[in-house]
Amino acid sequence: MMYRSLFPRDVFAELDRLQREIQQAVDFSPSIRGVGRGGFPAMNVGGTAKSIEIYAFAPGVDPAALDVQIEKGVLTISGERKLDAVPEKASLHIDERFAGRFRRVVTLPDDVDASSVQAKYRDGVLHISIARRLAAQPRRITIQ
Amino acid sequence: MSENVTPRKPAEAARNEAAMLPPVDVVEDASGITLYADLPGVAKDRLNLHVEADTLTIEGEVVLAMAEGMAPSHAEVSVPRYRRAFTLSKELDAEKIEAQFERGVLKLRIPKAEHAQPRKVEVKVA
Repeated sequence: MMYRSLFPRDVFAELDRLQREIQQAVDFSPSIRGVGRGGFPAMNVGGTAKSIEIYAFAPGVDPAALDVQIEKGVLTISGERKLDAVPEKASLHIDERFAGRFRRVVTLPDDVDASSVQAKYRDGVLHISIARRLAAQPRRITIQ
Repeated sequence: MSENVTPRKPAEAARNEAAMLPPVDVVEDASGITLYADLPGVAKDRLNLHVEADTLTIEGEVVLAMAEGMAPSHAEVSVPRYRRAFTLSKELDAEKIEAQFERGVLKLRIPKAEHAQPRKVEVKVA
């Protein structure tokens, strides 16, 4: 199967994905497995030499209802997702989307600078960028 | 590959690419169906909705603002595409589907055709 990976991973991760896909095809019960491994919001984490990048896939959330905190090297994303109420006399045929309060926690590496954080919410994705401390960034040493 | 190959239908071509199944909610009331789909990371111009015969297909491409030289360490969303198809029943009017897309949530309103809307039949007492 040809596809372009957003976050390329190793062969074990690919097998994991294959297993999930098979499960999706076999299991007809309503499930949120379509996004990641069931947690809400699904998260991707990556890093560069200068920063740690965290993406939380939290669609339909009011940015004001999102709470991002860093304490003792632990990042916590919490909030509440409210869905449109089902009107009276209407029937809910499929109910797979997450509703209610959520909270996800990520342990950050030791070299992050908790005072230099940027968070943006766009197209339902919360993107948090945390800078690494300058001292921890790779430096090229000039040979004299 | 030759340039003369007949272009494949978009739905057919798309089927060859891996995609995630977005979670949805489907609510039905007397005048139609409302479908909500979670498509985080999809920009408005990367969302593709099409109805072919009686199949409604929702497709979206995920584009994230990625920092240069980023090495992924953990990924729960690893395929940059969502796709899900639904079969519409006859009483639904595919011509009049209305779509709203905000904060990664797609809301589709599919009205029932006028003739299929419930009518109250007055019972006259003779």
